[in-house]
Amino acid sequence: MGELASLRTPRGIFATVILGLCAFMPVLAPALDEPFYITVFARIMIWAIAAVSLNLILGYGGMVSFGHACYLGIGGYVVGIMAFHGVTNGFIQWPLALLASGLAALVFGAICLRTRGVYFIMITLAFAQMIYYLSISVEKYGSDDGLTIDFRSEFGGLIDLEERTVIYYVIFFCLVGSLYLVHRVVNSRFGMVVRGSKSNDARMHAIGHPTYRYRLACFVIAGMICGLAGILQANLEKFVSPDMMYWPRSGELIFMVVLGGMGTLFGPVAGALVFLLLADTLSGFTEHWHIIFGPFLILVVLFVHGGIDGLLGRREAAGG
Amino acid sequence: MAEPLLKVEGLNKSFGGILATDNLFLDVLPGEIHAVIGPNGAGKTTMIAQLTGALKTDSGKIIFDGRNITREPSHVRSHLGLARSFQITSVFLDMTNLDNTALAVQAHDGHSFRFWRPARRDPALREPALRALERVGLDHRADVVAANCSHGEHRQLEIAMALATKPRMLLLDEPMAGMGPEESAQMVEIIRGLKDEHSILLVEHDMDAVFSLADRITVLVYGRAIASGAPDEIRANPDVREAYLGEETAAAPDAPTPEGADSRARG
Repeated sequence: MGELASLRTPRGIFATVILGLCAFMPVLAPALDEPFYITVFARIMIWAIAAVSLNLILGYGGMVSFGHACYLGIGGYVVGIMAFHGVTNGFIQWPLALLASGLAALVFGAICLRTRGVYFIMITLAFAQMIYYLSISVEKYGSDDGLTIDFRSEFGGLIDLEERTVIYYVIFFCLVGSLYLVHRVVNSRFGMVVRGSKSNDARMHAIGHPTYRYRLACFVIAGMICGLAGILQANLEKFVSPDMMYWPRSGELIFMVVLGGMGTLFGPVAGALVFLLLADTLSGFTEHWHIIFGPFLILVVLFVHGGIDGLLGRREAAGG
Repeated sequence: MAEPLLKVEGLNKSFGGILATDNLFLDVLPGEIHAVIGPNGAGKTTMIAQLTGALKTDSGKIIFDGRNITREPSHVRSHLGLARSFQITSVFLDMTNLDNTALAVQAHDGHSFRFWRPARRDPALREPALRALERVGLDHRADVVAANCSHGEHRQLEIAMALATKPRMLLLDEPMAGMGPEESAQMVEIIRGLKDEHSILLVEHDMDAVFSLADRITVLVYGRAIASGAPDEIRANPDVREAYLGEETAAAPDAPTPEGADSRARG
């Protein structure tokens, strides 16, 4: 089931090509005399991780969170704030950042998941904006100017993130790990409950599933994976700012998921790639690139059912 | 006389000023098929929703197996052994019939905080799910996505999902809704086959089916039980004839024949 197990299908080939491209970019980019693309792809992979995490709740669980970027910010800011206070040990920073993202998701999710539909969208947005304004208001940590990180996370000499290739492959490994994790989770018993709840929550209750606790757990897992993306972003850019979790970022994440194909394992990666490469390319042509980009996204949503994944052929059942 | 498995005492539910359930008393004995009939808007589906916990009850008591479940949420009632089928098909349309049924099995096989092993390859879920599909004659369509199934197959799937929760009692809300005569006849046989192991509360419009299956019948009008008794008593009851059966028997004079009841008594 799913793309990981069936590499000879169009989806498998597509996923292999994209992941292969990511894997060999540090070799490819200098060969093509475009070393800048290493950083571009590192950024794309970070957004892909965030999109994969959003897809877990949005695509598989039907929870349209319009505040998902706030976990990106929380993960990033924990790293930034600890570095600011001189704690650069990654073995302390990373678990704490994941814990903070998970805790925030637990608190926000516990409240948001009592609502449905538009209310859910609005309340996730409200919580994210709350964190956004919090980050702006704290002057000690740079308020809207953001916070520069002097040193990337240190792992006692085991992994040197200051090496461009090393941090690139750490990000690559995190992306592949997130994909594998989501693949296992959505096909497990837990994942079936989350999907069933998206499909027909009333029926889930009738057959005996108390879905709230599973949806909440799923929300927390997604928040933590997105927190990981934030950790990586803080390390890559050596900078965090409130802009990481401003609401358009959450909107862009939703777009990446929809563009790639909701509820498909690899769709969000493809979505992030196409979204960011296209935005990058278009902005090279004209300052007013949004005029082309906006209608393009609308056309994709209107006419390409199932996003990029939908272009790779029909799916029978809700698959992995 | 055996202690009733389900006992409803003075149940009420109103929407705005309208009493949908009005001081309702009802019980279902172990191994019994108790049918509830009544004209459209009599409050049958409201009653089912109250019994399963989909709707909150205003006042009154629901006792299941000696336990007061009036305030219990749906999933708790399901775990106590109370299962329902829906009048309007309510399944997981984007999943296969086997996935649908396996989810029902899963709900009764411990908690679902199991994140790693693929559920679709778990024989502990697949095998009981397939058996439930067999019982309603849908096993040959196990791997078909529910959205691609016929109305009749959806009705069968409804029952299979209820059965997969290993219930002691089934609340069947119009299982024959929208079915043709042949499909209905098949469904009657399916329900008759379930009777040995399950108590059944059957809400149904199809009078042939009700009179051939039911041990007892309660007639609901405006949320109130106006009569309750064996099929023959109900057929003879003048209030019922006036309120409800009159139009039915006039439209189909030979509808409630006693043969069904006799064969059931023998079988």
